[in-house]
Amino acid sequence: MSGWTRHEGKAVALDRESIDTDQLIPARFMSTPRSEGYGPFLLHDLRFDAEGTPVETFPLNRVSESSVLITRRNFGSGSSREAAVYALVDFGIRAVLAPSFGDIFASNAVNNGLLPAQVDAGVVDALIADLPETGASARIDLADGTARIGDRSITFEIDPIWRKKLINGWDDIDLTHRHADAIAADRVNRARRSPWAFPSGEGHQTTA
Amino acid sequence: MTAQTLLDKLWMSHEIIRRDDGASLLWVDRHLVHEGSHHAFAKLEARGARVAEPGLTFGVVDHYAPTRGRPGRPEIARMIATLEHNAAAHGITCFGLDDPRQGIVHVIGPEQGLTLPGLLINCGDSHTSTHGAFGALAFGIGATEVAHVLATQTIWQKKPAAMRIRFTGRLGPGVGAKDMALCWIAKLGADGARGHAIEYTGEAVRALSMEGRMTLCNLSIEGGARFGMIAPDAATFAHVKGRPFAPEGNAWDDAVATWSTLPSDPDAAFAREITLDASDIAPIVTWGTSPEDALPVTATVPDPDRAPAKQADRVRAALDYMGLSAGQPLSEIAVDQVFIGSCTNARIEDLRAAAAVLAGRRARVPGLVSPGSQQVKAQAEAEGLDRIFMEAGLEWVGAGCSMCVAMNGDTVPPGKRCASTTNRNFRGRQGRGARTHLMSPAMVAAAAITGHLTDVRPMLAGRSAA
Ligand code: SF4
Repeated sequence: MSGWTRHEGKAVALDRESIDTDQLIPARFMSTPRSEGYGPFLLHDLRFDAEGTPVETFPLNRVSESSVLITRRNFGSGSSREAAVYALVDFGIRAVLAPSFGDIFASNAVNNGLLPAQVDAGVVDALIADLPETGASARIDLADGTARIGDRSITFEIDPIWRKKLINGWDDIDLTHRHADAIAADRVNRARRSPWAFPSGEGHQTTA
Repeated sequence: MTAQTLLDKLWMSHEIIRRDDGASLLWVDRHLVHEGSHHAFAKLEARGARVAEPGLTFGVVDHYAPTRGRPGRPEIARMIATLEHNAAAHGITCFGLDDPRQGIVHVIGPEQGLTLPGLLINCGDSHTSTHGAFGALAFGIGATEVAHVLATQTIWQKKPAAMRIRFTGRLGPGVGAKDMALCWIAKLGADGARGHAIEYTGEAVRALSMEGRMTLCNLSIEGGARFGMIAPDAATFAHVKGRPFAPEGNAWDDAVATWSTLPSDPDAAFAREITLDASDIAPIVTWGTSPEDALPVTATVPDPDRAPAKQADRVRAALDYMGLSAGQPLSEIAVDQVFIGSCTNARIEDLRAAAAVLAGRRARVPGLVSPGSQQVKAQAEAEGLDRIFMEAGLEWVGAGCSMCVAMNGDTVPPGKRCASTTNRNFRGRQGRGARTHLMSPAMVAAAAITGHLTDVRPMLAGRSAA
């Protein structure tokens, strides 16, 4: 994953609360290998009717090149399915601005270079009220936590750990391997201190 | 030393290092994987990495497990085969379809004694909070994190704030852990506990069986908390003892000694405290498309025009999706089918509670009963519960996630209404256009008999609610 500090693109409003992970990607699409791309599944049952025809009034269908979503509280609540983030990222979304996010969704987002930017509910109200149906230009500055949506300048909150990760495009596994000695020592200690914490051999056979 | 919470103690005993920015690297005692882990194994493969601790990693087929016969569709069979292949390739014990230990990951962990007090447990599934019922630090993670745990047996995590939800008093008859959970979620909102680790305490929590405690912790995520915990006590130890992977002999004694030190110190401070009176709680049902849309079954469908301005649009949209009108009594909502199952409510006690209501009665609508595991299935059959369900006209099927997530082909048809013991009433959760009402197993049984949402309490007269 490559890091980023500034993004310029197009913002669109998704005027709904609690867009959960089951809406972001319905479960039936989740057996697809990632290499096939998850963009078409994003918000599938809201974007397409039962016959598979795009719902013209749905914001993402009106503004197909959108890269910044502005939406309401509790975005990404629900399951741990990272596929919800894959769908957003593969569709081309780089940042979501909302008053609150599901915790697991937000960490999954950061692990895939997608910014979950927390913005005051009042500011979201104003942004959504201002946004034309055709969307507006968007500029996000990760380093100083500011964004410009249309002609409105706002600030957003992001955990400093996550900000650093997004900017550097860090891979946690690489970072963790630097602590290999500490992990190995901890394991030795642990096995000595709490042998009970390791599964007993009893039921421990592989299924035939 | 300052007073510590259960969370503090669990965190400290798993922290390997803490970075300056506050991120902790934690040791993972148990890592549970299911079919959905295919993304994570693919990531591992892309790096040419191996599973660091196959002995601490356990696989189970549940999300796509067929509940009747063999997998019907090729993509479902492929998901199951991929997990079994990945497990075999990495030397991981896997409870496959033909294994008598198979079942829903959050049911079999405790059942097999893989879940113990004092452990840190991860699984690529948000309801991993279930295992917190044993006094474990258990939380759901995404695919990138699953790959990280597979490769390193550790996880980076920022310590959440501690929150205590105390249930004072005693639950009334016909009211259970599901109602306690929906009660606090309705009060605080679906994001009400975001960023917090919940510890449940109080007389009503202590009085719960381990099954009930699991239901309560399971639903923590529906109120936004990634963690839900209950301090271990004698009931916990009795439940764990003798299970296949549980410690034995000296190791058991050591374990109990350690576990007994876990409860929060009496004067430990919590960032947030909520107190609820259990004796005030009535059987609860959901009416909308978020678990926070929950009300006592004696109430009426809310009116969007009377909802707070900010909520009005969402309430209107939820009623539109659910096909309900404002002011309608909840107990008059007719259902098309019922489902009893899922990691929330498919343990033996849940099946007993439903059977106590159904015994000698007929269901007016069709429904599925899917036990949480093959062991629960066997136990229920030994007790004759399967006959009660079948004589009532419900279908008794195999173990798995089934209609909770509708991945295995068990779905609710578009526009149909289902009274369900599951955990999410999200749009489309049980199938495109499906309408889900969440409630307890006893309440689902009552809805099956009357064909509409129903207060189960009068139906329990002269019966034990199990
Ligand atoms: S039963 Fe439902 S909530 Fe539980 S693990 Fe399975 S899909 Fe997830």
